[in-house]
Amino acid sequence: MVLIMDSIYEEMAASVVELDMEKAKSLAQKALDEQLPLLEAIEKGFGEGIKRVGNLWDAGEFFLPELMRGAQVMQEAVDIITPHLEEGSRARETKGKVVMATIEGDIHTIGKTIVATMLKANGFEVIDLGADVKAEDIIAEAVKHRADLIGVSALLTTTMIGQKKIIELLEQQGIRDKFKVILGGAPVTSKWVEECKADGYAENAVAAVTKAKQLLGLS
Amino acid sequence: MTIMRPKIELLTNEYKEKIFHEAKTILQIQGVVIENSEARDLLQEEGVENEGPRYFIPDDLIEKLRVYAPSEIKLFDREGKEVIQLTQDNIHFDPGSAAIFIQDLNSGVIREALSSDYIKFSRIVDHLPYLEAHSTAIVYTDVPNDAQDWHRLYLALLNCSKPIITGTFRTESFAIMRDLLELTRTSSDKLVEKPLAIFDACPSPPLMWSNLTTQSVIDAARSGIPSEFVSMPLAGSTAPITLVGCVTQHTAESLAGLVIAQLAKKNSPIIWGGSPAVFDMKNGTTPMGAIETMMINIADVQMGKFLKLPTHAYMTLSDSKVPDAQAGFEGGMGALLAGLAGTNMISGPGMLDFESTQSLEKLIIDNEIAGMVKRLIQGIVSYDEPFAQNILKDYDPSVSLLSHPTTLQLFKKELYLPFNVDNYQIINRETRDQWKTSGETSARQRAREIAVKLSERPVREPIDDNLRKELDNIANNHLK
Ligand code: B12
Repeated sequence: MVLIMDSIYEEMAASVVELDMEKAKSLAQKALDEQLPLLEAIEKGFGEGIKRVGNLWDAGEFFLPELMRGAQVMQEAVDIITPHLEEGSRARETKGKVVMATIEGDIHTIGKTIVATMLKANGFEVIDLGADVKAEDIIAEAVKHRADLIGVSALLTTTMIGQKKIIELLEQQGIRDKFKVILGGAPVTSKWVEECKADGYAENAVAAVTKAKQLLGLS
Repeated sequence: MTIMRPKIELLTNEYKEKIFHEAKTILQIQGVVIENSEARDLLQEEGVENEGPRYFIPDDLIEKLRVYAPSEIKLFDREGKEVIQLTQDNIHFDPGSAAIFIQDLNSGVIREALSSDYIKFSRIVDHLPYLEAHSTAIVYTDVPNDAQDWHRLYLALLNCSKPIITGTFRTESFAIMRDLLELTRTSSDKLVEKPLAIFDACPSPPLMWSNLTTQSVIDAARSGIPSEFVSMPLAGSTAPITLVGCVTQHTAESLAGLVIAQLAKKNSPIIWGGSPAVFDMKNGTTPMGAIETMMINIADVQMGKFLKLPTHAYMTLSDSKVPDAQAGFEGGMGALLAGLAGTNMISGPGMLDFESTQSLEKLIIDNEIAGMVKRLIQGIVSYDEPFAQNILKDYDPSVSLLSHPTTLQLFKKELYLPFNVDNYQIINRETRDQWKTSGETSARQRAREIAVKLSERPVREPIDDNLRKELDNIANNHLK
């Protein structure tokens, strides 16, 4: 039995690496139909797959389109399974909740979206609020969803100030310690992160995942 | 007489027609998202249908408005002298725009810029002979946030007399910038008569015009100020991965801009510009120095010419972080191809790191590249016939042809003479021994020397004292 299971998990992982959406979805459905241990299917199956995709990217064998597609395949397969997880294990399954947005006045979305996708693929639950979002609204959403992490993107020197505002508002509302805040975007430097008193920043999506894990004590 | 204008073309007429046709079909069937309420009103008055923010612009409206866009735009310097004609295959260069960092000339460190950096930059641009226009090239951090766009125009006007390529970051800034320009020209009519600045406005790929940039297009049209559309499809990310798909998307987005500008005011001057890029699939960056980026640019320019509009492209850029060999070859290839394509306004000199860092050393090297490109596109000239026979008859081995009348008369015309600043040149053609005795410098080191020397020179045409005071007044009022 263990052997059979292992080979199904291997198939699941392979479906992600092969970017085979149909196969991944039918394997997810099979996990439901055959009442396999669902959490294990996610972790040892699809989760293992996305880990391999990440490794292939690190090794320079996979490129962004493959990384993004791998993340989507993983996501859709997991979405089939999640509603059937028991309450308790659903919480264990996500690494943490992230609210992400591009700050008010700024419509640069590409980088933020790549980061959000990579976080999702790595087991975070991501609420992507889109672009041009007021600091107040980002915080309200973070509070509403009980997020662990707030990620804020800014590509313009004129809108970066909004990143600082997030921290200031969190302090004013006395909830600064409820969230870790990470920043990103072309003009963001470690100096700026210090000045804002944010918790960190990342220059690209893979570094963002590492940073997020580190901040939530997962690595 | 020039025998032929050297040219590069990547599209045949057949494909230009196809791209144009498909772009119009896209606007009609998929439509374009318009965020700006004034633009929506303008479209609705013309009976353009919409589904929410998406407007479906019909073919006949495009055809009707297309004829209003002028095929030539002249630019005049601060003193009112005509210096640029954006038309036909003329080429002009200006520094790449809106860098968020500067590479420190002394330490080489990439850092945030201060207004003093931009002043120095402007005074150097003033002296660079092959950059006919200046631009609001660097954003600096020692002015309030809401002044970061217009304040650069103010400092540009004070420190450099060349025409300026600029743009807004906030809708409110347009009025301040228009005031600065009108004051310089003394009236709005004179500014229309002699344009001094161009406003860049980017659509948001795919197929959207944001509130900010649409407002800039409308405001500029109503003030008779030229707008430069900077459509930037990113191949494989916000645009199809195919280069031809990117060109088609660029055409559609730019045509939507044309419609908005001409509806705001008929005959308003617009420039068919662009800053497309492919997407680097390893790093998730937008390389401006990629050969395919340059190919999209060339084809975009061809489409602009096909529509009989002045053209622009972001070329001469590099994605290197320092002015090294990569910066030299990417910048050189870009400038050369842009020149061969007959791009009327070429923005990019000085720019590194995906349009994010300005480097004075690269700026000065790029000025040299621009000079050589301009020489190339003058092509080979036919003077008298026979071409060589008569000159060769005079050949005297004791003096060669060095002092021959034709040599004396034509050497400065036939040869591009490298830009020379107190005996410093970017291009080194000394003998090996000379080079050793003059310090064994690299092009980058010489660029640094030239930058320092030029920044110490007085500007060519200092600004009139009264005008300076009046501009100061506007700036001070808005800084409060
Ligand atoms: C593409 C682009 C656009 C597109 C954006 C399309 C879209 N849907 O996003 C469009 C055309 C809409 C656009 C518009 C404008 N732009 Co623009 N744009 C760019 C460009 C060329 C690339 C940005 C990009 O997408 N890069 C690729 C992505 C993948 O990289 P990234 O965003 O940096 O994200 C990575 C990291 O930063 C990080 N990251 C990003 N976010 C986050 C968040 C977190 C939490 C973390 C941890 C990490 C992280 O990870 C990402 C993945 O690796 C930059 C140049 C540059 N060097 O950045 C200019 C640039 C940012 N734009 C600029 C300007 C001026 C504008 C305009 C104002 C121009 C105008 N007047 O019309 C408008 C702004 C409108 C507005 N209000 O926002 C300037 C900014 C200058 C300044 N002083 O700030 C730049 C630097 C170009 C320039 N030199 O002129 N732009």
